[in-house]
Amino acid sequence: MRNLFALLSGGLFGAGLYVSGMTDTRRVQGWLDVFGDWDPTLAFVMGGAIIPMFFAWRYTTNRTPALGGMFPAKPDPVIGRKLVIGSTMFGIGWGLAGLCPGPAIASLSYGGIQVATFVLAMGVGMLMAPQIKNRLDAVGVAA
Amino acid sequence: MQTEWIFGLAGGLLIGLAAAMYLLVNGRIMGASGIIGGLIDRTAGSQSMERIFFILGLFGVPAVLALIFGNAQTDGPADTFVTSNIAAVIAAGLFVGVGTRIANGCTSGHGVCGISRLSLRGIVATVFYIMAGGLSVIVFKHILGWV
Repeated sequence: MRNLFALLSGGLFGAGLYVSGMTDTRRVQGWLDVFGDWDPTLAFVMGGAIIPMFFAWRYTTNRTPALGGMFPAKPDPVIGRKLVIGSTMFGIGWGLAGLCPGPAIASLSYGGIQVATFVLAMGVGMLMAPQIKNRLDAVGVAA
Repeated sequence: MQTEWIFGLAGGLLIGLAAAMYLLVNGRIMGASGIIGGLIDRTAGSQSMERIFFILGLFGVPAVLALIFGNAQTDGPADTFVTSNIAAVIAAGLFVGVGTRIANGCTSGHGVCGISRLSLRGIVATVFYIMAGGLSVIVFKHILGWV
């Protein structure tokens, strides 16, 4: 059952990315490009996605997931340098190619050699991340 | 085109419903970088199988839709229009991979799931990756002309 609903969630996520046009890197870069030909679409996608999730989070109060277990606890509101450094690095890559992890996987079938290369490089980056995280920990960077 | 925002909003609602389903049924946060990253660095443990199924859906459904309908909004085939500058693509992938794992989230985890929960970490992360993304487009597109 868990696997079935994971497949359905992933599929619905992919359908949403496809329908919204978020696998078109020109649209993503167009949204980030405030000094160019600005494209507002991404704001509608974000807004549309946040609405059902806002109600879903409210529903979780004093309840448990349908398939058992616990809902993930809200993280401590710690704003450390790792959050800032990591998000900044992510943003640089996101603007450079117009791809983030979800849309990269969603467009893998029609993105050609470039998207396949991006996903491979992203995988390598994810493998490198724990070491870089340790380095940051070693110099005393907070979460 | 005038209808772009309607497609955006409709697609966004589907993404939000997907995240809501994954949360309410499986009890998980739908964060793409965490789901993929945990499989790659083998920290997913007993969650590995459901994550593989999630990625299968994320890859498979757009693949089938693109095969049948081409581009969702216009005539012609589905296309990402990603830059042909392969060095830029590799650099971007490395930055996205390292950055999302250090920050513990990306557009779906920090953005969609975090902001909707009014999580301070999600909001701060989103502000930083959007600002960095905007600067990145200015530098690499407008100043350097690489992409």
